[in-house]
Amino acid sequence: MILSGDPPRSRVLSILLVVIIAALAVTPLLFPGAKAMNVATKICIFAALVASYDLLLGYTGTVSFAHTMFYGIGSYSIAIALYSMGPNWAAVAVGVAAGLPLAMLLALAIGLFSLRVEAIFFAMITLAVASAFLVLASQLSWLTGGEDGRSFQLPELLRPGTILIPQDWFGFAVNGRVLTYYLIFIACAAMILALLRVVNSPFGRVLQAIRENRFRAEALGFRTVFHLTYANCLAALVAASAGMLNALWLRYAGPDTSLSFAIMLDILLMVVIGGMGTIYGAIVGAVIFILAQNYLQALMGAASNAAADAGLPLLPGLLHPDRWLLWLGLLFIASVYFFPTGVVGRLRNPSRKPA
Amino acid sequence: MTDLAATDALPRPKRDLLPVLLPAILALAMLPLIGSGSSWMTLTVASLAMGMMIFIMASGLTLVFGLMDVLNFGHGAFIAVGAYVATLVLLPLAPYVQADSLLTNLAVLAPAALAAMAVSGALGLVVERVLILPVYGQHLKQILMTTGGLIVAEQALYALWGPQIIPLPLPTSLRGSFIIGDVAIAKYRLLAMLVGLVVFCGIQLVLNRTKIGLLIRAGVENREMVEALGYRIRRLFLGVFMVGSGLAGLGGVMWALYREQVHASMGDDLTVLVFIVVIIGGLGSIGGCFIGALLVAMVANYGGFLVPKLALVSNILLMVAILMWRPRGLYAVTSR
Repeated sequence: MILSGDPPRSRVLSILLVVIIAALAVTPLLFPGAKAMNVATKICIFAALVASYDLLLGYTGTVSFAHTMFYGIGSYSIAIALYSMGPNWAAVAVGVAAGLPLAMLLALAIGLFSLRVEAIFFAMITLAVASAFLVLASQLSWLTGGEDGRSFQLPELLRPGTILIPQDWFGFAVNGRVLTYYLIFIACAAMILALLRVVNSPFGRVLQAIRENRFRAEALGFRTVFHLTYANCLAALVAASAGMLNALWLRYAGPDTSLSFAIMLDILLMVVIGGMGTIYGAIVGAVIFILAQNYLQALMGAASNAAADAGLPLLPGLLHPDRWLLWLGLLFIASVYFFPTGVVGRLRNPSRKPA
Repeated sequence: MTDLAATDALPRPKRDLLPVLLPAILALAMLPLIGSGSSWMTLTVASLAMGMMIFIMASGLTLVFGLMDVLNFGHGAFIAVGAYVATLVLLPLAPYVQADSLLTNLAVLAPAALAAMAVSGALGLVVERVLILPVYGQHLKQILMTTGGLIVAEQALYALWGPQIIPLPLPTSLRGSFIIGDVAIAKYRLLAMLVGLVVFCGIQLVLNRTKIGLLIRAGVENREMVEALGYRIRRLFLGVFMVGSGLAGLGGVMWALYREQVHASMGDDLTVLVFIVVIIGGLGSIGGCFIGALLVAMVANYGGFLVPKLALVSNILLMVAILMWRPRGLYAVTSR
């Protein structure tokens, strides 16, 4: 019921998902350190963001490079509202009320303008629009704070200093930070479940029909442009919401954390490695990617030093901690080529040869 | 039906001149707005030079798309690789670069450009065989594969050269400007225009006057028919892909000298610009690509001079305007 009749369909995958969700649910209680909390929050937010991208890439087969733009719109709308109106709930409400419609209208405009034509055209146009938006955000410094971005204060309730349940009650403290974490956790879970609902609705079936054969879908009488634009708007809404949560967690919005092309590539990597067209893949992909981002680097640093000590040429540079993206990029190419359905697809059909 | 005698010329297709005139019209329209003739002249030369450099980078992309329906999102990687290879040649030979003699300078620049073209062309061979060959005809996978290639190439450049910006000073004799009356024209821009024109004329000659060019144009129009006539269009495409990559490398060298610095992320920014040019020109059309590059450069230069704030989004506005007028670009070559 809650999974919209689309269960993981693989024992390993189910166990994996349960472990991931359980781990995320207890992170603040077991690992209250700042790093673990940051990693867990990032996983939650990116799982929702990537799931919304999966709605576009996996279910309709359109490649958009503007997804970070919507993410950024969400981040910035919260940041600007809280920055200019002070830390209160009215500001949060204004940010939400301004950000979501803005993201949707922009998605609608881009969709109507460019979804009529082929996927390639849409990809290029979104890339151009997103880069223009990035330039705008870093240049209009009176509004966005330019390259520095905007830092702001959260409402009283969500601050780390606010103690809701003191440590001596149950053995762990619940402060505003933990509350924010659970807010994000629940919101992201709700968004992912809602997306699961969307892709398993008749509407989602039409999207898949369009992905498989646009002409045939059109011939069956579906208005493909309407469906694609609708999906684009939905994805934009979820992305903007994820951006808002991200801004709430970081207490900051800037070009590097919410708009840069690097994040777009990260999303692409996560969705493909996790598995396109599954929604569950978003969760798996986000976990793999963000864990790699945060913990693989330490491993690579050790390997790099070992290689340098052994006097090997070139290897220390290739294994340098900053080059972790190189290896994930290779993994990305390999996964597009060898298992296009990603981790989730592999777990569901372990025996079937890749198409 | 009218009878055509064998000696009669074939009915000529109607010439479509309006897009060709567009840059000239735009330039003239800007003259009264800018006011001063000398700054107009400087700006126009600057945009022509910039346009030529963008054209060199974009030409390969549009040909590859037109011929084989492959859109290479990793095109920017070739641009960056070309620039890095040029530093390999130019930095050790710095004394010759700094020598105050045009001949010595060009004698160093030419091998640098050739090396850049050769290496990025060779890289094109590898990329086509490894990344693109397995995914012919699947747009989604092509985009993903080439984007993955872009990530790996950029990271590899960082790993090999380090993350810092490499300064690449212009040769001594190409610095400064010619002063004609009260108009200053930078010397390097003249060279860029010259190279751009040579490349454009070269491509046009090959496409319109040689057998290979005939096959390429035929392939753009109808691939299956050319295949049915017994030509191995895959090999032809491989050649076009390598030449296109090589041209991107050449463009990368010229752009790096223009900016006087090299960085692995230069490919990302230029990719966007190149895409806009290719869309404006009409996918697959060399002439359209040339005009598109000029238009983009003009809008950037004039716009930056008149309304600096507008220059940030001028490319997008230009693209929207052109697509409103001609939804498939200035010259739609392919039937896609």
